[in-house]
Amino acid sequence: MAQNTRDIRRRIKSVKNTQQITKAMKMVAAAKLRRAQERVEQARPYAGKMEEVIGSIASGSGSANHPMLVKRPVKKTGYVVLTTDRGLAGSFNAQIIRTVLNEVRGKSHNEYALFIVGRKGRDFFQRRGYPIVGETTGLSDSPTFADIKSIANDVVKLFQDGVYDEVILVYNQFINAITQVPVTRKLLPLEDVGGKQETVQPGVHTSKYEYEPSAEAVLDNLLPKYAETLIFSALLESKASEFGAKMTSMGAATDNASKMIGTLTLVLNRARQAAITTQIMEIVGGAEAQNQ
Amino acid sequence: MRKMPIEIVTPERKVYENEANLIIARGGDGDIGIMAGHSPVVTTLKISALRVKTDGGDHTIAVSGGFLEVKPDKVTVLAESAELPEEIDVDRASRAKERAERRVKDSKSGDIDARRAELALSRALNRLEVAKIKTGR
Repeated sequence: MAQNTRDIRRRIKSVKNTQQITKAMKMVAAAKLRRAQERVEQARPYAGKMEEVIGSIASGSGSANHPMLVKRPVKKTGYVVLTTDRGLAGSFNAQIIRTVLNEVRGKSHNEYALFIVGRKGRDFFQRRGYPIVGETTGLSDSPTFADIKSIANDVVKLFQDGVYDEVILVYNQFINAITQVPVTRKLLPLEDVGGKQETVQPGVHTSKYEYEPSAEAVLDNLLPKYAETLIFSALLESKASEFGAKMTSMGAATDNASKMIGTLTLVLNRARQAAITTQIMEIVGGAEAQNQ
Repeated sequence: MRKMPIEIVTPERKVYENEANLIIARGGDGDIGIMAGHSPVVTTLKISALRVKTDGGDHTIAVSGGFLEVKPDKVTVLAESAELPEEIDVDRASRAKERAERRVKDSKSGDIDARRAELALSRALNRLEVAKIKTGR
């Protein structure tokens, strides 16, 4: 521990600066997390309502063989991957990327394609030459529906055109501020919408609603929107998760900095005391030499 | 007069909630007026102004792309976007209108961009129209 005290002081100062930054980032993330959570809540009635209406149409009118509801043999899969633009969020992006890699392992490049949201994911997959067909970066912290509409549109359209036979959404599900779980969710074909197709006898539900212009037209309009809504709500959850992860990791960083400052202060004090002791010894030694 | 609750929700938030006497909407098959006790119906909505008559006066809401669901006890509007007159950013809407007009002119009719531009134009016009109602009142 023969470090000189000036160097140690300098290190303490630099760690303190870093700590201030991580502390500020933690607080910002906490504030944003609260807002993101509110937005998740606000988006819920829309998705819920839509599911209800689709469920009642699909179960009632016998149009359950709409192209977006039908399962096809899977030749090509599209993955919609939600990552972040910025790092410093713990293992957030690493988790997502690992999940995707597990999914596509063993598949050749023409069996799947990636739609990436977020700079981090894009950089990773681009650098390694994965087939990226769509990307959206630079989303705001409170994304609007319009922000992801283009990518959602593309995905839905490519599925309808038969380019992809299934579309899977990969994102971090928000459990709470410290837990986020990467999930894969089948977006298209829309299976078990409403969840009650089988239990309802045909004909019973038909009289429930009238449709204008027609049940098929309403369904035609509604299903793509529903898929877009699913992507949007996943995005909102992913944002909430991002801030949760950021808050946790920045909190940990702040704690680590405190610990480091503690250790360094101890080392500093030891070095200082050692220096003082040496000085006293020198003085005492000098005085004694003169007395003789 | 019997009233019915109406609710307008978008993916982002709940825009409007009230007790209505009469709702007038532009559906996929033309205008439709709904009063309490209407039979259950689901209709697509055109980009249009939705009018709601209540005891507290008439309200107009700009909706673009969505659905109207009538249940025996409730009316729900699911719209991609919906705005009350006072929420509309008139400057933004007029800019959007000019942009869309330019695009409509530039692109060939029939291709997807032209279709998109036309939709954008009708959204902008709808917003401007609804925003005018506020100032006229």
